[in-house]
Amino acid sequence: MAVPAKNKGMATVAIEIENLSKEYPHGFLHLKKRTSLQGLSMQVESGEVFGFLGPNGAGKSTTIKLLMRLIFPTSGTARILGRPISDIGMHQDIGYLPEQPYFYDYLTAAEVLDYFARFHDLSAAERREHVDRMLKKVGLETAKKIQLRKYSKGMLQRVGLAQAILHDPKVVILDEPMSGLDPVGRREVRDIILELKQAGKTVMFSTHILSDAEMLCDRVGVIVGGKLRGVGAPEEIVGMKAEGMEILFELAAGEGKAGALAAKATRTGDRYRLQVKEVELFAALEQVRAAGGKILSVTQVKASLEEYFMNLVEADRAQASAIEVSAQ
Amino acid sequence: MKHIAAVALNTFREAVRDRVLYNLVFFALLMIAAAILVGQISIGIEEIVIVSLGLSAISFVGLLIAIFIGVGLVSKEMDKRTLYALLAKPVRRWEFVVGKFAGLVLTLTVNTAAMAVALFLALLYVKHALDRSDTAVLVAVYFIALKLALVVALALLFSCATTPLLSILYTAGLYIAGQFIQQMRTLRTDLMSPGLAAFMRWLSYVLPNFDNFDVVGAAAHGRAVPAALIWQNTAYAALYCAIVLLAAAAVFSRRNLK
Amino acid sequence: MNTSKNLARVLWVVLALGFAGVWQLQRKIDVQRAAFAEEQDEVVMRSAKLTKLMSMEFAPLLADVYWTRAVQYYGNKHMQKAKGLDLLWPLLDMTTTLDPNLLPAYRFGAMFLGDKPPAGAGRPDLAIQLIERGIRENPDYWRFYEDLGFIYYFNLKDYAKASQAFLEGSKNPDAKIWMKVMAASIAAEGNSRATSKFLWSEIYQSTKDELVKKNALDHLKLMKVEEDCEALDALNDEYARRTGHRAKRVRELLDAGMVRRLPVDPEGFPYVIGEDGKAELNLQSSLLETQVMLAPKE
Repeated sequence: MAVPAKNKGMATVAIEIENLSKEYPHGFLHLKKRTSLQGLSMQVESGEVFGFLGPNGAGKSTTIKLLMRLIFPTSGTARILGRPISDIGMHQDIGYLPEQPYFYDYLTAAEVLDYFARFHDLSAAERREHVDRMLKKVGLETAKKIQLRKYSKGMLQRVGLAQAILHDPKVVILDEPMSGLDPVGRREVRDIILELKQAGKTVMFSTHILSDAEMLCDRVGVIVGGKLRGVGAPEEIVGMKAEGMEILFELAAGEGKAGALAAKATRTGDRYRLQVKEVELFAALEQVRAAGGKILSVTQVKASLEEYFMNLVEADRAQASAIEVSAQ
Repeated sequence: MKHIAAVALNTFREAVRDRVLYNLVFFALLMIAAAILVGQISIGIEEIVIVSLGLSAISFVGLLIAIFIGVGLVSKEMDKRTLYALLAKPVRRWEFVVGKFAGLVLTLTVNTAAMAVALFLALLYVKHALDRSDTAVLVAVYFIALKLALVVALALLFSCATTPLLSILYTAGLYIAGQFIQQMRTLRTDLMSPGLAAFMRWLSYVLPNFDNFDVVGAAAHGRAVPAALIWQNTAYAALYCAIVLLAAAAVFSRRNLK
Repeated sequence: MNTSKNLARVLWVVLALGFAGVWQLQRKIDVQRAAFAEEQDEVVMRSAKLTKLMSMEFAPLLADVYWTRAVQYYGNKHMQKAKGLDLLWPLLDMTTTLDPNLLPAYRFGAMFLGDKPPAGAGRPDLAIQLIERGIRENPDYWRFYEDLGFIYYFNLKDYAKASQAFLEGSKNPDAKIWMKVMAASIAAEGNSRATSKFLWSEIYQSTKDELVKKNALDHLKLMKVEEDCEALDALNDEYARRTGHRAKRVRELLDAGMVRRLPVDPEGFPYVIGEDGKAELNLQSSLLETQVMLAPKE
């Protein structure tokens, strides 16, 4: 299923992962091993927005933590901007947003950002300027003197984002950047990611919100059960088949014979969603009209990332239980 | 060096803003005030009581701060993932450990100094003047500070290696064991097997000897502490802290964060 | 990775060196602190009542701590053969103030406060004070009367008071029968070797404290030495009468058939005759040291 990325020279590969694996000791006396990542090989190209998709526990965070040297690989290597991940100097050029970030309770946003900025060898004046700019960018300027323990989750996420891009890094790695954000917040993060892309940065982020990935990413990598299942542009992975049309209509109870239609549709209160093949579209519309329903919208249905996803998860589970059965 | 300084100052700032610290210091000040009252009861030995009770309070509170903040400031960072963002910066793990230590020692020094000032004020109140013999009290406070630095280093080591609860237990345990080193030496070795006797002897040298730093009796009587002991204790604390920090840095460098 | 293995090795070496340094430093510090007076908590010593007040429900626990320290203090000083057991009284005073029912502390104090230095503190007056407190707080424990009598008999040589103490103690229904006997015999004879031997044997058999037991045994051995030497001297007098001169060596007594074999002290070393013509301990005997500790020649 993996579609090979277009072959480019080494200079344009921002992140290169080769056969990366991570095992954890597990169980009583740590005798068993739990594999959370198995033989991952993947590349993220310069200047692209790469989405790292997978259900919870698939190994997305593990991969990112391995890249950031927060945990150490059992085997395999990785390089960012051509330098091995063990090279601490390389961190000057990368920015990282951890999952569900949390910072120092008693410091203010400005102080935290200033603190982080110190590790990037900026002069005091530069630090001030960068910090101010970042606070404006993520919309925290008014809250900058308030201690972080009073911040909401969304605000903390924004602080996290700010410290990740504070030093103008070439590569930005975000772990679940949208988690816990309200729609406004998510929109803002999406905008920032697009801005970064336009500025020529490479962005890699992990998420399990598929619609975000579809909207933002040039390419996605799908990981399930610790293994990489597919890499490529979203459309390439799922195929562009239009599978039909969906009609959204409203039908009050007691009006006309909803009968056949209602049976096939998904109902929420007085609203119905009905999927029909393209050829049957006009007939169905006629039936709704005849029953006295009010047509709200008609949209095209594409096979989505979500289905692809769900299929993979199902397949993985089936395989796991097959292994269990055969082991018995 | 700049990185270490940055971590140290941040640790200090974080510690200082934590209200728990103020409560503990306030408690120590209360004890010093109580010492004055107690001194009134025991006629003729007010100074002795104030100094010995006051120094005990400073030592005790300092110990609590050292253990709980020492464990808290590192475990909390690891637990709450503050550390994730930090370690993604171009900073080495050992720099983090050393910086944390420096910040904690700075915090403890400031606290101990504040409590010592209170103690001297109490003495002043009772004696109406301070004299040469009170330098012994200063030395006693210095020794307490050295002791606390060592405790904090141990707390840091355990925090890098294990869970917060275990860190507290191990640190407190080592402190208590370190008080009984003298007893370990005078155990009836003739009643033991030579292997056990040798082991006890070895243990009594290897374990951190916190009894070295106890000169409360001398301070209470205004008896001067020999200069040689001051140098030796300083060297001991410095060397032992260095060993512990080295171990902490080594452990932390290979630790997989949660 | 080779570099990380090397680094690990270097770290271990540095750690080992560090601990070696710590070891050396510690020894220097030990010397320094030993020279620098050990009386660290004299301040608390002076105010036993204050400590009791402050320790509230922890008083008995604290008493145990001080009791342990008293024993170790004694043990330390004993091993170092140091002069002066000055802290023994304050430590025991503290212990018994914190916990007036800590019986072993009183008995220990009775023995070692009363004994002459260097084996004891040489303060029979304090020993009496301690025991009297013991009796006050524990009126049913008859052994304290034994200890009291002991102090009067051995340390103060006040036979009247000694006899009185034994008599008081004998009134307790649990007291052993010999208490009464002791009262009578001391009243009659005063100091007698048989009495002394008996008292020491009694202590030796009844005590559970190792140090006290050893002390009693030492005293018993020394008394045997005294007896033996007296016997040898008496034999020597007889020898002098027969031959006109005193024997200079015990061998001579043996050859003269006055003893059947070479008499040895309780440790197995043969007695010798000193320059003053009196029998005494062999220079190699370990009892010589004990003799110096317990009964220094005045």
